[in-house]
Amino acid sequence: MSQPLTSTEHTQKAFTSTLQICEHCDTVYRRRALVRGEVARCQRCGAVLERHQRLSLDTMFALVLTVMVVFVQANVWPIITLGLNGTQIHATLWGIIIMMWERQSQVVAALAAATLFFFPLLKMALVGWLLAYGRRGRRAPGFTRLMVVLHYIAPWTMSEVFVLGILVSIVKAQLYFDVTADAGAFAYAALAVLITIFSGIDLRQLWDKIPESTP
Amino acid sequence: MSALPRAHELGVIGCHVCGLVCRDTGVQGAACPRCGSALHRRMPGSRARTWALLIAAFILYIPANFLPIMRTVSLGDVDDNTILTGVVELWVKGSPDLAIIVFTASIVVPMMKFLVMVTLLLSVHRGTNWARTQRAKLYRLVEFIGYWSMLDVFVVSLLTALVQFGFFSEVEPLPGVVYFGLTVILTMLAAMSFDQRMIWDCKDEDD
Repeated sequence: MSQPLTSTEHTQKAFTSTLQICEHCDTVYRRRALVRGEVARCQRCGAVLERHQRLSLDTMFALVLTVMVVFVQANVWPIITLGLNGTQIHATLWGIIIMMWERQSQVVAALAAATLFFFPLLKMALVGWLLAYGRRGRRAPGFTRLMVVLHYIAPWTMSEVFVLGILVSIVKAQLYFDVTADAGAFAYAALAVLITIFSGIDLRQLWDKIPESTP
Repeated sequence: MSALPRAHELGVIGCHVCGLVCRDTGVQGAACPRCGSALHRRMPGSRARTWALLIAAFILYIPANFLPIMRTVSLGDVDDNTILTGVVELWVKGSPDLAIIVFTASIVVPMMKFLVMVTLLLSVHRGTNWARTQRAKLYRLVEFIGYWSMLDVFVVSLLTALVQFGFFSEVEPLPGVVYFGLTVILTMLAAMSFDQRMIWDCKDEDD
């Protein structure tokens, strides 16, 4: 199965690297190399076709590793601390998820676990895996399948929204209690910044940048 | 003569998943040679699926707004908040600027999503080429801001985990928050299942 598939890919390559289709309106363009800071836009619908990707695979790999470290910090350290009469209550991400599960809101607990923990974790792990091989010019085992998985899980990371949620919660809780943002909150803020940088990276470029190893 | 040829005019298909430009062989069930995903000009059943998800989302949106999402117990004082009263409370007691953000995320954005998606679906049904660029922009906006509506769900979760003092004071999630979370997920799925290329599938009269 894989042998004929690969040969079609090779014939397709020559044909496709020169062409590009706008995802939003199906207009076909001849692809042009972009220089730094350039953005190709569709003339019909105005959507972005392609941006110049200035991060090398090595830089991307470094970025993923950074995101992983910050992600661990954001999940381990308490996010908000509430002090009342000398006792302190810390909220961590998993504390929140477990609490919601116990309070008859299992759906919310599952949503939070998926969008704040499992999908981001899976995404980072996959990108890290693909890049660890890719920066040495090789396709990682399972490259094709993992790239497809990555495409489907990409929209389900909501850490940025959670950061805003932390801010709102602090203000709301402050009406009644003495609450402070903890280390985890700052880690989350850093994570939001990193994720924003990361979302500017078009991961589809990996198809072109990491060539197939010739059999 | 159109200066901007579309995929079907050139006999090619763009892969939904990896973006590869493939020759359209006309074979049913053809797969992308690069990523193995099924190739099709338009997502099959896109309109029906979008309608279904949107209607389901709207049904859940009603209890999401009318049922309270959070109960605050403070020194025996029980207070049930819906999404709207939560915004009002934040406006009155806390900070109006944050109230505006929450109002936008939990009320304006979902409402706008419903209106925009219904407009898009109806206009696609009619095959009109009215305001296509604007409609395409609206779609991209909805897709981009959709998930920020989860804000209130996360706020309720955080407060629940934080405020736990037994009978002194407590924050408890109420069913409204579950409905609201599901509404957000369903509207996101509806936006994703809408094939925005349909907006452009009508005769070009302007060029």
